[in-house]
Amino acid sequence: MATRSYFAPKVEIPRPLYIGLGLASVGVIFALWCLLTYGGLTPPDFLAAPHLVAEAAVKRIGNGTLLDNTEASLSVILLGFLFASLLSVPLGILMGSFKVVEAVVEPITGFMRYIPVSALIPLLILWVGIGLEQKVWVIFLGTFFQQLILISDVSRGVSKDLIDCSYTLGATKRQVIWRVLLPACMPGVMDNLRVTMGWAWTYLVVAELVAANSGLGYMILNAMRGLFTDVILLGVFTIGILGLITDTIFKVLRRRLLPWSAEF
Amino acid sequence: MPHLDLTDVTVRFTPKNKPQVLALDTVSLTVADNMFSVIVGPSGCGKSTLLRLVAGLHEPSSGTMLLDGKPIEGPSAERGMVFQSYTLFPWLHVRDNIMFGPKLKGLPAADCGRIADELIAAVGLKGFERSYPKELSGGMRQRVALARALANDPKILLMDEPFGALDSQTRQLMQELLLTIWQTHRKTVLFITHDIDEAIFLGDVVHVMTARPGRIKKSIPIDIPRPRGIDTLTSAPFMALKREVLGLMHAEAVLADRG
Repeated sequence: MATRSYFAPKVEIPRPLYIGLGLASVGVIFALWCLLTYGGLTPPDFLAAPHLVAEAAVKRIGNGTLLDNTEASLSVILLGFLFASLLSVPLGILMGSFKVVEAVVEPITGFMRYIPVSALIPLLILWVGIGLEQKVWVIFLGTFFQQLILISDVSRGVSKDLIDCSYTLGATKRQVIWRVLLPACMPGVMDNLRVTMGWAWTYLVVAELVAANSGLGYMILNAMRGLFTDVILLGVFTIGILGLITDTIFKVLRRRLLPWSAEF
Repeated sequence: MPHLDLTDVTVRFTPKNKPQVLALDTVSLTVADNMFSVIVGPSGCGKSTLLRLVAGLHEPSSGTMLLDGKPIEGPSAERGMVFQSYTLFPWLHVRDNIMFGPKLKGLPAADCGRIADELIAAVGLKGFERSYPKELSGGMRQRVALARALANDPKILLMDEPFGALDSQTRQLMQELLLTIWQTHRKTVLFITHDIDEAIFLGDVVHVMTARPGRIKKSIPIDIPRPRGIDTLTSAPFMALKREVLGLMHAEAVLADRG
């Protein structure tokens, strides 16, 4: 039966098989890494062996530099993301439901969304230097316009019947906005904040690779100059793990704060 | 004294890049106090537009609409509406959904709770007070929507094909439930449907609409005694009325199909 096959589209597979396949894919990559390095197929300045990355981690955790760089990166990303979200969520919700706001904001966002934020970095360096502010600006500009468009779509998607129905229950315009439109947008807002948080990590590293004196991107670039592939990999893994953690936080927050919304 | 009075109500609208459409053409309709009136018509005949006018969600191009002698201007809690689509607030559980209107009115919390609990019992949802809409079936959601509209104690209850998305067994049960509630609460109801059986089963009077532009083609009093039940559906008077409405509707459907 085609519908019983694990290779047919949209067919559920047993949970243990799902977990097993996941572990296997990670295992294969790790095995390949070991084969390339311990098998002598690649030199250490091309790809560091797993134990060298572990040693680099122990050393840099011990002397505090990994933590310092992580802290520098985290504060940039959280500040930039926070400012962007604080502005984009209310503005996006208004933009999606009020044509007046859309008419004003749309031309600017339509233009800005296609400009890669990396193209703005030289200008930002000229204007605000290479300190914290520059990187916060990069994160802000990189995420704000994307968030605005995604969140305005969420707001636009709120059912007209839901709004009309609220009026027939006696709600005023103001009550419809605060008690219906706003809560109806929340699941979509949370999902899109989670997605754009992932993008923020990309912009952070771009900003730090171009100009910085601390942070994980800076650590990676510095290591490249000395062919320290162990430190490069350590930086990459740290970013990956931090990304996973922030993603999990968003998932848990959504389940806790919005238990009424359908799972995604 | 007639409750709802529509006189020569006309609606024209202009879709983007298309010629003007006459949706409703001089519709006059009287819905008497505590009557269950049903409007039945082919799809696209403007029956939903008519209901939205009464709800205050649309404005007529011309004509007058009076409720208890006062002109209808904008939506209000005195004209409650149940939609075909599921319009429960997903973030409120059943009890809070039903209390939405009374709370907006500023009724004391104890009164809101009492109203909600009475209606939850009336629509048979005891035990689901704390359930979120996503946990309810389609039929249960429409029961909550009905209770929520009734919680405001509206002068008239507007229903826009509220059971249209339900399977036929659930739909039959919902129709019986609606009649039971209507008989205890005695509301003026204006109900829209394209289902002839539903129209005759529920109504005191069935207004048959023409294809676009919508007009009232004929108003047929339904003198089948109440309470009506499943046996009503196969009784001789029901069949005779069905034959009449079917004939009127069929002629309109043919016209509508020819565009």
